[in-house]
Amino acid sequence: MMTIEKPGLLTSIQDLGRYGFQKYGVIASGVMDPLSHRMANILVGNEENTPTMEITLLGPVITFHETTLISICGGDLNPSIDGKPIRLYRAVLVKKGSVLRFGSCKLGCRAYLAVAGGFSVPSVMGSKSTYLRAKIGGFDGRALKLGDAVFIDSPGKLSEKIITYLLGQLKENSFVESKWSVALDFTPTYKNESMIRVTKGRQFHLFTDESKQKLFTEPFEVTSQSDRMGYRLKGPKLALEKAQEMISEAVDFGTIQVPAEGNPIVLLADRQTTGGYQKIVQIASVDLPLVAQRKPGDHLRFVEITNEEAQQLLLERESRMSQLKNGYLLKFS
Amino acid sequence: MIGGVEMEYRLHSLSDHAIMIELGDNISQETQRGVQEIASLLDQHPFEWMIEYVPAFTTVTIFYNPRKIANLNRTRELPYDYVCHQLNQFLSNLTLEKQTGSRLVEIPVCYGGEYGPDLETVAKINGLTTEEVIHIHSSGGYDVSMIGFAPGFPYISGMSKRIAAPRRKSPRLKIPARSVGIAGKQTGVYPIETPGGWQLIGRTPLDLFRPEEEPPSLLRAGDKIQFKPISYEEYQEWEKDKR
Repeated sequence: MMTIEKPGLLTSIQDLGRYGFQKYGVIASGVMDPLSHRMANILVGNEENTPTMEITLLGPVITFHETTLISICGGDLNPSIDGKPIRLYRAVLVKKGSVLRFGSCKLGCRAYLAVAGGFSVPSVMGSKSTYLRAKIGGFDGRALKLGDAVFIDSPGKLSEKIITYLLGQLKENSFVESKWSVALDFTPTYKNESMIRVTKGRQFHLFTDESKQKLFTEPFEVTSQSDRMGYRLKGPKLALEKAQEMISEAVDFGTIQVPAEGNPIVLLADRQTTGGYQKIVQIASVDLPLVAQRKPGDHLRFVEITNEEAQQLLLERESRMSQLKNGYLLKFS
Repeated sequence: MIGGVEMEYRLHSLSDHAIMIELGDNISQETQRGVQEIASLLDQHPFEWMIEYVPAFTTVTIFYNPRKIANLNRTRELPYDYVCHQLNQFLSNLTLEKQTGSRLVEIPVCYGGEYGPDLETVAKINGLTTEEVIHIHSSGGYDVSMIGFAPGFPYISGMSKRIAAPRRKSPRLKIPARSVGIAGKQTGVYPIETPGGWQLIGRTPLDLFRPEEEPPSLLRAGDKIQFKPISYEEYQEWEKDKR
């Protein structure tokens, strides 16, 4: 069990999302950065869909009431245990009674805390993700707050092996980090200037040539009106060749739509299931984690790739993830 | 086939893991029936690689798992091409049955008062009395075109233009769940508390979003709706029975 001494800005329990109910208007929810979430789970020996804690910009303070195997991946919010910094992308065994704190935001803006066994919350419609607006899922359907006691499910076999291994090195310390970590070339660096790869959206052809050109040459700023539902961007105004009403249709994670006033909106984890604005481009799945780690004031630059390239990149990413997982399984089998 | 005519469709990629079947450029009974037919076929015969589907007015979007397709399909065909082939086969076998009997769902509404603070505004705009607005709203036959926007939120067609009313100039920050409203030529029911600019004419004691039930939505695309006026006292009775 762990208790929340300070909740942070927005700390919620999320898994990979609630699927199968979008046809009833129930949004998918889930983590903003699936890659970091999955890596954190793999490092503690969990299944990839096990719920993690999504920590935003300003992190919480958490006391561990039992010795717990954790991992933090994604944004670097300067985590420390009992005053000593801990590294990301590693398994960390935390001794009972230790306190985890987060500092200022160094890189990215969302950290994912996985615990061996996963957070013990009920499954609602097949998912443990928090759907904040409908107040369902996750921890009581809401973000974590001061004084919450969060329980942890019993760790699986693989987690137990990692715990046993690290326990031998814990000694009198508050925590011990694993020597192994996710390969450096596979950990994202969240450089603000890196380009975001996109494919043409369904209504791309309806925009003016000037809009299409500016989209790929000018930077767009993430404004303060940005949250888990979507990022409102500011940059050159994007306009349709001629104004027209659109029939509402499905949208996806990473869809960029443009309302009549011309400022694009990137739809993210808590997006609506359908939308009635023209979709200019769609972010490639492999670059969604990069977008999810940008914060208000950061910029996005777009570069076009084909749908074929986007799928190839996705399959390559997936095979790299399988390697990571299998390598780990082998180490402890 | 729709009425002996082959159903026309186009396939588009929405993202690197979603494909959209488009049945036409306009909302019509044919496109709506096509959408419902595809949806019910997908319910009966879900593809192994399908994660879920989202029906809308003229489209059905299928979300799929590219990794699973890469494992299923040894020819190294691109997942999108593989999905297109499978869908082309699936859709060529599709024959539209005569419209199956749709469900009629009665939705009790307590009009006006604290539950419908904009009822008088709607009446005034249209030069009607509040009683006439209630009568017109509750005597119409409505169709649920699709569910979207919010959990269990029905896009309803069939409202009389005689009670149309523009959205409020300044949206309310909180609209209570189960409020019945009018926006332009549309009527709808808010399943959960949300901000919004609809003119509120009443409230129903029925929950449209039911997270504990399967399916979690009272309404489904293709349903017919009838609004039934109830008194304030009857509304309280409904509320009591729910508990």
